[in-house]
Amino acid sequence: MTIFRPARMLGAALALSAAVLPGTAPAADFAGKTIEWTIPFSTGGGSDVWARFFAPLIAAELPGKPTIVVKNVGGGGSITGTNQFFTRAKPDGLSILGTSATTQFPYMLDDPRVRYDYKNLIPIMLSPTGGVVYVNPSLGAKDARDIGKMKGKEMKYGSQGPTSLDLVPLLAFELLELDVKPVFGMQGRGDGRLAFERGEALIDYQTSSAYLRNVVPLVKQGKAVPLFSWGIIDDNGAFARDPTFPELPHFVEAYEQAYGKKPSGPAFDAFKSFVIAGYAAQKPLFLPKGTSKDIVDAYVAAIQKVVSAPDFKDRAGDEIGEYKQQAGVTAERTLNAALDINPAAKAWVKNWLTTKYNVKLGN
Amino acid sequence: MIDIILSALVNLLTGWHLFYMMVGVFVGLIIGILPGLGSIAGMSILLPFIYGMDPVSALGMLIGLLAVVPTGDTFTSVLMGIPGGAASQATILDGFPMAKRGEAARALSAAFFSSMVGGLVGAVVLSVFVVIARPIILAFSSGELFMLTVLGLSMVGVLAGTSLIKGLLACGFGLLLGSVGAAPATSEWRLVLGTDYLIDGIPIVVIALGIFAIPEIVDLLRQNKAIAAASRLGTGWLQGIRDTFTHWGLVMRCSAIGCIIGAMPGLGGSVADWLAYGHVVQIAKDKSQFGKGDVRGVLAPESANNSVQGGALIPTLLFGIPGSGSTAIFLGGMILLGMQPGITMVETRLDLVYTIIWSLAIANVLGAGLCILISPFVARLTTLPYVYVAPFMLMIIFFAAYQATTNWGDIVTLLAIGVLGIYMRRFGWPRPPLLIGFVLAKGAETYLYQAIQFHEWAWLWRPGVLIIAAFTIVSIWVGTRFGRTGIDEGGETGRVRDTRPQLLFGAFVAIAFAYGIYDSLQHSYLAKIFPLGLSISALAGSLVVLALVQWGPTAGSSVFDTEADTPPGMRSMEYYLAWLLGLMAVSAVTGFLIGLGLFFVVFLHVEARAPLWRNAVLTASAMLFLIGMAYIFVLDFPGGLLQDLVDMPWPLR
Repeated sequence: MTIFRPARMLGAALALSAAVLPGTAPAADFAGKTIEWTIPFSTGGGSDVWARFFAPLIAAELPGKPTIVVKNVGGGGSITGTNQFFTRAKPDGLSILGTSATTQFPYMLDDPRVRYDYKNLIPIMLSPTGGVVYVNPSLGAKDARDIGKMKGKEMKYGSQGPTSLDLVPLLAFELLELDVKPVFGMQGRGDGRLAFERGEALIDYQTSSAYLRNVVPLVKQGKAVPLFSWGIIDDNGAFARDPTFPELPHFVEAYEQAYGKKPSGPAFDAFKSFVIAGYAAQKPLFLPKGTSKDIVDAYVAAIQKVVSAPDFKDRAGDEIGEYKQQAGVTAERTLNAALDINPAAKAWVKNWLTTKYNVKLGN
Repeated sequence: MIDIILSALVNLLTGWHLFYMMVGVFVGLIIGILPGLGSIAGMSILLPFIYGMDPVSALGMLIGLLAVVPTGDTFTSVLMGIPGGAASQATILDGFPMAKRGEAARALSAAFFSSMVGGLVGAVVLSVFVVIARPIILAFSSGELFMLTVLGLSMVGVLAGTSLIKGLLACGFGLLLGSVGAAPATSEWRLVLGTDYLIDGIPIVVIALGIFAIPEIVDLLRQNKAIAAASRLGTGWLQGIRDTFTHWGLVMRCSAIGCIIGAMPGLGGSVADWLAYGHVVQIAKDKSQFGKGDVRGVLAPESANNSVQGGALIPTLLFGIPGSGSTAIFLGGMILLGMQPGITMVETRLDLVYTIIWSLAIANVLGAGLCILISPFVARLTTLPYVYVAPFMLMIIFFAAYQATTNWGDIVTLLAIGVLGIYMRRFGWPRPPLLIGFVLAKGAETYLYQAIQFHEWAWLWRPGVLIIAAFTIVSIWVGTRFGRTGIDEGGETGRVRDTRPQLLFGAFVAIAFAYGIYDSLQHSYLAKIFPLGLSISALAGSLVVLALVQWGPTAGSSVFDTEADTPPGMRSMEYYLAWLLGLMAVSAVTGFLIGLGLFFVVFLHVEARAPLWRNAVLTASAMLFLIGMAYIFVLDFPGGLLQDLVDMPWPLR
């Protein structure tokens, strides 16, 4: 049976053009090659699982069917491995890098340890996720419209730290003027959820898959009340409801329901940048800058083939497959929307982190 | 329910399922035997293969590995005095002296058999509690978890050896090392000495290998003979199994300790074997043989470290929260298989849950059986002249330490902790309390902070907290009832003529705590309170020790120097330390792989006077091993100046 392979056709077309047009780059062919996919986290975490899921699929669609191995370079909250990739990787298509929100945030906050620059990386794929904020029913809230009623009530929140992915919920609580007191030192979102289930924390959030798996049963038992999702960014760059939770308002809607106006100002601009960098653009895949166009095209074509396969969603399960995977130009656009954080918003968030949470960041 | 349990068993035993579980068991054994490599390394080998496998085979394979690693770990702990992994540290204390005495066979079979019992207890507990444990786990809040760390710290009393104050200081030093890195409450970087490496804290594998393995290797090299003094290797297999039955109550209690610690998310498996060891020393009437080769000191940690896995799977399956480092990766594996661990899975896919439980039970039996089968061969390692064994051990521990975060910092820290361990050993500072302090530091600080944040001081009156506090008091009381003689690694040394080296080491400890004070003063209140309080009291303690050395009696627990008993003509420890530093220095220039090759050639030539052909064969096999590991683990070795200047091909990169 012959299988239609656009990647191969593209490769063949490129080969042909290379032969016909003098001066164009030779066609990408990875036959017999091994590609190293650097993951700046240790084995078994979310990013590692993500890479290990995609690696064989992408490899099978690349011209020449190379082998893709996942190389874990952990440490420094993913800064170490990303720095290393950034200084060492050659633009020959044999080194690729997958980062995460944890890598994006320190870059956006000018962490002095960061020596990588997203502007010098070519995004070729983007895996989004989402998240839902929920509260303990004892607060009396039925949905987002009751947010105003929760003002002035002190709510504990189990958090991993103010510059972790928890920056997004902390910003959201700040915008909503909720009296949320974070208790830091949680090992992961799971720990925060446990504190919620024990009744120690009254407000919490989980990323989409963990929410579906572990919080929906609590909602059904009446032990948790969902308020809003982070929402997604539509093609026009505006917030829209998360398709995974169509019944829940997104953050901006929730704000409007509570306060009767749209959120604005530097705090909201900061929130928008970080919510995109943390969720809509959570896991990007990169080639080093200077990689020739044919190699980039070969990758983008392979990824498009992978994510548009009819059985992709089934195979991915709800951990990876709930959201539309983006490839090439679309991925780049989403990522830029986050990383081009407006200077006033950046200054605001850095000052807020220092004054409220005593976080010292480099200038 | 019974039919689900039985059909899960039948399913596991049919077709290829059992084969894949055997693959997991086999990989687990190899990873376990190699010191320092734990189930995390093993899981990372298997993860790439499980995508697309059928769930039963894949679960069997992963659980097979998870169950067997702490069993295989025991080999190097008992035979070499080198911790086989994070969970087999306490086994060294009595297992290794037994091996030195020629009772390796008895120690190993006791360890494997009690491991198997522990593993089976873990599986039974998991099968019962996975259905009902939810409220129990939810009852353990930050307050209870903090009290558990206090219970753990109370074990220092019995593990302190002959000098309580040195034991407490060692524990304090462990706590200080454990507070290196981002502070739990504020994420401020403490004690990082200006490096990026220390921000994540020091990996436990690096600490364990440094504090136990390096001093042991140096010491054995000095003695320049085989590890086992006697050669009664073949005997004692049945004795070890008999020991397990003789002390069945102890094995059961320690299995229970393992399950409980495993089931508490956040405490980590390495706490369990220390708690179990502390427990056995506390309740024993005759403590005189602990640290010198008491088989109970092997049974306790080994039964606990296998039952941990069963316990750790409870929160993993019920809440999707890992109970230990290796279950964290298991969680990743389940997600890769498209499974969603959590209450929904337990309620709707009980068949998968019981597949996991049966795999755990069967793999434990298989693993223990295989270990007993191969141990006569592995045990022969102890009869080889150590000068040939040492370079391989060094190679493996350097590789294992580097596996921790693949950073030069791992290697530098390994050596620094190794030097600390060498002098602690020399001057009679007990090392187990340091490990206890280290493994409990983060938990103690984090949970205390969280308990106060969530409940203010009301947490002190939570029933769970009171119960655990009562346990702690009873255990201290029982421990002191028969006279406060804890484990005793060295006894007393001869009359020490020159106390200056001890004063120097004592001064180093004092300076370290003084630096702890200085560093903590740079931070905000929540980040400084724990290291500051600790450092101030420990600094006072170290001054007391210094005074005792200077003005106290000239022999005994406070004035202690193994060099006083060293026969003249023996090479100094510093001589062998220089070899290690040389290896580092050369590696910094040539990169680790070439550096280690050179080290092998020169060391075997100078120290072992090995004939050229033997030297060549040994060096080549070491190189092949390392390259093979680098290939399997997708790893670059630490580079040196050479790699910075020249673009080297793999594996020299």
